[in-house]
Amino acid sequence: MRPTTEADLAEAIAAATAPLLVRGGGTRTIGQAVGDVLETGGLTGVALYEPGALTLVVRAGTPVAEVERVLAADRQRLAFEVPDLRGLLGREGVSTIGGVVAANASGPRRVQVGAARDALLGVRFVDGSGTVIKNGGRVMKNVTGYDLVKLLAGSRGTLGVLTEVSFKVQALPEAEATLVIGGLGDEAGLAALRRALGSPFDISGAARHSGQSLIRVEGMAGSVAYRLDRLRALVGGDVKVAEAAVSAALWRDVRDVALFHDKPGEVWRIVTLSTAAAEIAGRLAGEALWDCGGGLIWLRLDHGRGAEVAAAVAGRGHATRVRGDGGPVFPPEAPEVALLAAGLRAKFDPRGILNAGLMG
Amino acid sequence: MDMPEPDLGVIARKARIVARMRAALPVDAVIDAPEELRVYECDALTAYRCPPLAAVLPRTTAEVSAVLRIACEEGVPVVPRGSGTSLAGGAMPTADSVILGVARMNAVLETDYDNRFIRVQSGRTNLSVSGAVEAEGFFYAPDPSSQLACAIAGNIAMNSGGAHCLKYGVTTNNLLGVTLVKMDGTVLTLGGPWGEPAGLDLLGVVCGSEGQLGVVTEAWLRILPKPEGARPVLVGFDSNEVAGACVSDIIKAGILPVAIEFMDRPCIRATEAFAKAGYPDCEALLIIEVEGSEAEIAEQLTRIRQIALAHDPVEFREAADEDQAKRIWLGRKSAFGAMGQLGDYMCLDGTIPVSSLPHVLKRIGEMSVQFGLDVGNVFHAGDGNMHPLILFDANKPGDLEKCEAFGAEILKLCVEVGGCLTGEHGVGIEKRDLMSVQFDAADMEAQMRVKDVFDPKWLLNPAKVFPLGVSETRRAG
Repeated sequence: MRPTTEADLAEAIAAATAPLLVRGGGTRTIGQAVGDVLETGGLTGVALYEPGALTLVVRAGTPVAEVERVLAADRQRLAFEVPDLRGLLGREGVSTIGGVVAANASGPRRVQVGAARDALLGVRFVDGSGTVIKNGGRVMKNVTGYDLVKLLAGSRGTLGVLTEVSFKVQALPEAEATLVIGGLGDEAGLAALRRALGSPFDISGAARHSGQSLIRVEGMAGSVAYRLDRLRALVGGDVKVAEAAVSAALWRDVRDVALFHDKPGEVWRIVTLSTAAAEIAGRLAGEALWDCGGGLIWLRLDHGRGAEVAAAVAGRGHATRVRGDGGPVFPPEAPEVALLAAGLRAKFDPRGILNAGLMG
Repeated sequence: MDMPEPDLGVIARKARIVARMRAALPVDAVIDAPEELRVYECDALTAYRCPPLAAVLPRTTAEVSAVLRIACEEGVPVVPRGSGTSLAGGAMPTADSVILGVARMNAVLETDYDNRFIRVQSGRTNLSVSGAVEAEGFFYAPDPSSQLACAIAGNIAMNSGGAHCLKYGVTTNNLLGVTLVKMDGTVLTLGGPWGEPAGLDLLGVVCGSEGQLGVVTEAWLRILPKPEGARPVLVGFDSNEVAGACVSDIIKAGILPVAIEFMDRPCIRATEAFAKAGYPDCEALLIIEVEGSEAEIAEQLTRIRQIALAHDPVEFREAADEDQAKRIWLGRKSAFGAMGQLGDYMCLDGTIPVSSLPHVLKRIGEMSVQFGLDVGNVFHAGDGNMHPLILFDANKPGDLEKCEAFGAEILKLCVEVGGCLTGEHGVGIEKRDLMSVQFDAADMEAQMRVKDVFDPKWLLNPAKVFPLGVSETRRAG
């Protein structure tokens, strides 16, 4: 099924008699749900774009590339840097903006501006009984009623099928540059990222892989130059500067986890504390890409090491298996939290037909 | 303002309920003497008052859990209270309810500068969170104007904003995790110091739920390194339209000031008379603040000056030093007090798309004539969060009702142009009955389902947020 209007989508869900596998472009789906495929790719188009108010309202099936093109024409962008995971996951297809929201997919700028959920101002969605629901809106400050916007972001289609999303967008900066720091081990290299993030120099990316630590600053040209100078003195090590397009390419690779493209094995996405990040990766002895100052580890391991990963991370964050077969994909939740999540799913999808069993 | 009829059965069982709570808590934690309960009869929405059945002031999460378990068993509504600064009546009790105040829970539990978070008990005041990390060069970003008094618990309940959220976001963007006690006494952790949730973003829906889903007793908050410096400029304009266009151009140019504040002529005149900040007598005034090093501030201000001058302002005033910076902020910070000198006032906080600013201000001006009540506008212009202050005379029969009717019309207008009823104060009881202007039945039903899951008996702050008629069957059950 590939409805082209919200009303048709609602009707399709209301009329469904079997589980539905909800899909945007299928480029970043993880975990296993079964059912008749319900695609949102037919719901396309920009509903409203006001560059002067930094506001974009777009239908959920609109390709991310189209959203980015529209914004770039006015020198704006989605601040949270949408990852393209096709290379990592071996997928083809067209990523949709609704899929991005459903996965709360966010890139390296998360350390500065937050995730997709932080830029999301409003949603329209259809719940499991076929009812159209709206929440939030198109303005930046809005505390009217409960924030279902956040609840829907990252809910992976299990509470409802998104039909329209609104964002706070960001102006493109005049300049960007990256400090590339070599000559440091992982522990010291991550400590350098933490020093930068604890400075007043407004870091918009802090990552490490392949023996190099990367620190990005963006903004007005004079300000970028000033902050690079100050940061260079702060972090030590063997420092080079990458500017403009060269810098952008470095961060595209971090964002898309390019390091692991065409390499075998499981890939885990571990959310933890920066101060635990070197130890966790070291203990598991995999290949690591650290993002968000070390608070996010992309770890490539041989297959079948899920139990070891869980043990290494226990009490210090959580781990999701984004690639590889066998064992659970999503981390377990505490029983009292799982109970609430199950309760919400039962309320929003009483027949249990939307991506059933995907998240637990 | 309608409130549900109190449950006389609960009131009749007051002695037993109080005794059970006394048995479970330290002796000084339960208050039931009528004269001592007067403190809790209202929050900062002072027009409506009702003493609660009792008030409890626990010191630990375990004590909060014990209180809620007893209340749940006894079928007693519980109204959580931070510092009682809600402008929307979020902490206003009913005669059959117990106030659960977190004021005694104000400790800092952990600070971690490497991972940039602080964990506090939720009764700690907003400003004292920043105070706890200031010496290390950090701060907690959300800065509601009540920050000296307001508690983190209330900030989380209302998803509070502030003047600087254009750059730093509101509470939900700076909240990493909480310890939450459900109405049945269950204690759970949502999120954690690493920020990102593992499953559904339950923390995201708890933040801003106005104390209806659970009582937050502890919170992990993101702390940020303080900027090297900050400086405001003041720009005066002949018309609201031009001021609005200037805001829009600054945003489009990719400059991200930490604050863009707007005042209209009635508000400028009132504050000048009161605070004598030396503001120009003009139609609209912007205060724009930027941050960074000296050179970075200069770079941004040069650009802002170029943009502003293209709009032919009546005045463009840069602060040459700290004293001048203070004077620029003086009037804005005195605005509420200045309006208060003119009479009683009601403060609204609807949000509108920035592009609708001139239209909305014009309509408010017309309505002001129609209702015969003066209004001044202070405004977080960068994010469209308005603060119309409607003046009335509380001692004049019918004036409060007229003021509320005027306020309701303004909020309806906000929704009509694509905005919302409340940007940072919350719905509480004040805007409860306007919810159906913004949401249809299915939208509200979806929100109430969340409460059904967290608090199936609807005992926690039950008569808030949703129109009484809409929540009636749930509250009765």
